Amino acid sequence: MTVIAEHGAALIALAVIFGLFMTWGIGANDVANALGTSVGSGAITVRTAIIIAAIFEFLGAVLAGGHVTKTIRKGIIDPGPIADNPEILVFGMLAALLAAGTWLALASIRGWPVSTTHSIVGALVGFAIAGIGFDAVNWGKIGLIATSWVISPFLGGLAAFALMMSIRRLILNTEKPFESAVRWAPVYAFLVGFIMALVTLFKGLKHLNLNLSIPMSFLAAAAIGLAVAVAARTFIKRVPMDKTADRHFQFASVEQVFVPLMILTACAMAFAHGSNDVANGIGPLAAVLALVRSGGDLAQTSPVPIWVLLLGGTGILVGLATYGYRVMQTIGTKITQLTPTSGFCATMAAAATVVLASRIAIPVSTTHIAVGAVMGVGLAHGFAALDLRVVGKIFVSWVVTLPAGGALAALFFFFLKGVFT
Amino acid sequence: MPISNTLMNLFGPSPFKPLQAHMRVVVQCAGHVPGLFEALCDDEMEKMKKIRDEIFVLENRADQIKNELRSHLPKSFFMPVDRRDLLEILDLQDSIADTAQDIAGMLMVRRPKVLDSIRGPLMDLTQRCLDACNQMAAIMEHLDELVETGFRGPESEIVVVMIGELNRIETDTDQKGMAVLRQLFAHENEIDPVSLMVWHRLIHWVGDLANYSEKVGNRLRLLVAH
Repeated sequence: MTVIAEHGAALIALAVIFGLFMTWGIGANDVANALGTSVGSGAITVRTAIIIAAIFEFLGAVLAGGHVTKTIRKGIIDPGPIADNPEILVFGMLAALLAAGTWLALASIRGWPVSTTHSIVGALVGFAIAGIGFDAVNWGKIGLIATSWVISPFLGGLAAFALMMSIRRLILNTEKPFESAVRWAPVYAFLVGFIMALVTLFKGLKHLNLNLSIPMSFLAAAAIGLAVAVAARTFIKRVPMDKTADRHFQFASVEQVFVPLMILTACAMAFAHGSNDVANGIGPLAAVLALVRSGGDLAQTSPVPIWVLLLGGTGILVGLATYGYRVMQTIGTKITQLTPTSGFCATMAAAATVVLASRIAIPVSTTHIAVGAVMGVGLAHGFAALDLRVVGKIFVSWVVTLPAGGALAALFFFFLKGVFT
Repeated sequence: MPISNTLMNLFGPSPFKPLQAHMRVVVQCAGHVPGLFEALCDDEMEKMKKIRDEIFVLENRADQIKNELRSHLPKSFFMPVDRRDLLEILDLQDSIADTAQDIAGMLMVRRPKVLDSIRGPLMDLTQRCLDACNQMAAIMEHLDELVETGFRGPESEIVVVMIGELNRIETDTDQKGMAVLRQLFAHENEIDPVSLMVWHRLIHWVGDLANYSEKVGNRLRLLVAH
């Protein structure tokens, strides 16, 4: 108790620094995966992607990031056994942040495909086992989260597959693809707006004191969806139409119609990513803050302060602006055969899956879901060639990240404990 | 500092674009064959040499594209088309360029004596075989749309019709090939036996240009089958 009282300010300062370190890593590493398909399909330039990310990651973090933050902050570790020594939890949270951030930095340098979410969860579990005891981990929750890590990429893949098949059926395989595209694209735009808004606004935004009943949520979401569809329509009208052109030209025009839709899904994906991954950086920070503020009261349940969410959003932005853009620049030059229709399916499916996970407060790996969505489109054969070795590499990194993060966290925990006591 | 990008490494380079590029070079190469025969019949050796060089250059370029494609096609790739089917199409296309090269090479090594009576049927045959190559080219130009539509739908129906046309052209070339040979053997006493043998070879090769084209068409028929 006295440790917290004595070093309160220092602990908060450390939490903020480590939190920023972690969110910087998230921005540097992850955003490229979120917006990669949009840049790679030629729909947006890297600069546009940065601007989109700047706005929508932020929005996602602030508007929808609260639920997962709560899980990371309190859902994983059961602090019962250390009720008399709450400072242990503080050290643990700091250690987890530092460990995950370090692992991310290392992975960036080495070029390994690592999940920011797996890093922080692995770190938290590692600290809990080493610093408190096996029973300190909320294994039920961890089981749920682990299951979601397996299920969510499949979900994303399924959604992407369904989307791709629907586009084939409704647009590409019709007698007049361009006309079909112009007719159906606003519907797809509506879907994007509707789903993102519905998931985010369902029953309201508590931390912004916005309460919505379920019917109101649907209504609000439908209104937003409609607005998005109308906006999409105006962009689509700009696409040059030559109805008598041969199919080859028609296909090129169909892709042009989907460019505004890809931009839309890029915004959605940035939003979704912000909503799920900001928690990885600020969840532990929020925990430390609450503990220090309450003087070590483990049972209190104050909501996550807005400024913490804002801080997380800022960290992501800085990471993106300083390092993340370099990753996206390599994307821009690399992929030329990723069409807007395929990219749209993959990105929309991923965005919907991630934002849904955020809503039910499950931290998921946006990278893995994005890969799952790409595989879904690949299975519908919307892509020319997918290299399956990458999937194998991801699996390996998945397996390695959890123990690595955990071990690092345990290490840092004991170090911090030694320093402060 | 290697920049990791999981998602982007997931996408392999498209083999379909290089396949189409290869096709265009190959057809361009075969397109020089009529000029070769005309130069031969008009006894314009300088011109024939130039055309031969052009054919060799194009065949070389086709080989380069072919090897590039093969180098970037590992077994781990997941594609809408089986790797083997793709490579078979590539090989068949390449055979067209190789055959054109064989024709050009033979003409430089051992010029056969020219018979006026076979010039007409020969040019007829050569042109028709080129029609087959061009029809194959037109079909292959549809490949990227076929990939986008999953080898189904109106696009595949258009392609099937075109393949049918290609089959008819090839049957035509069979007839014309026999017509040339008939002429050749009708006048076999007017030329030396070696020239006869060389002509026989050349006519056979010209027919191969159409045969390989048709085979490519038939491979595509398999791909759009449902």
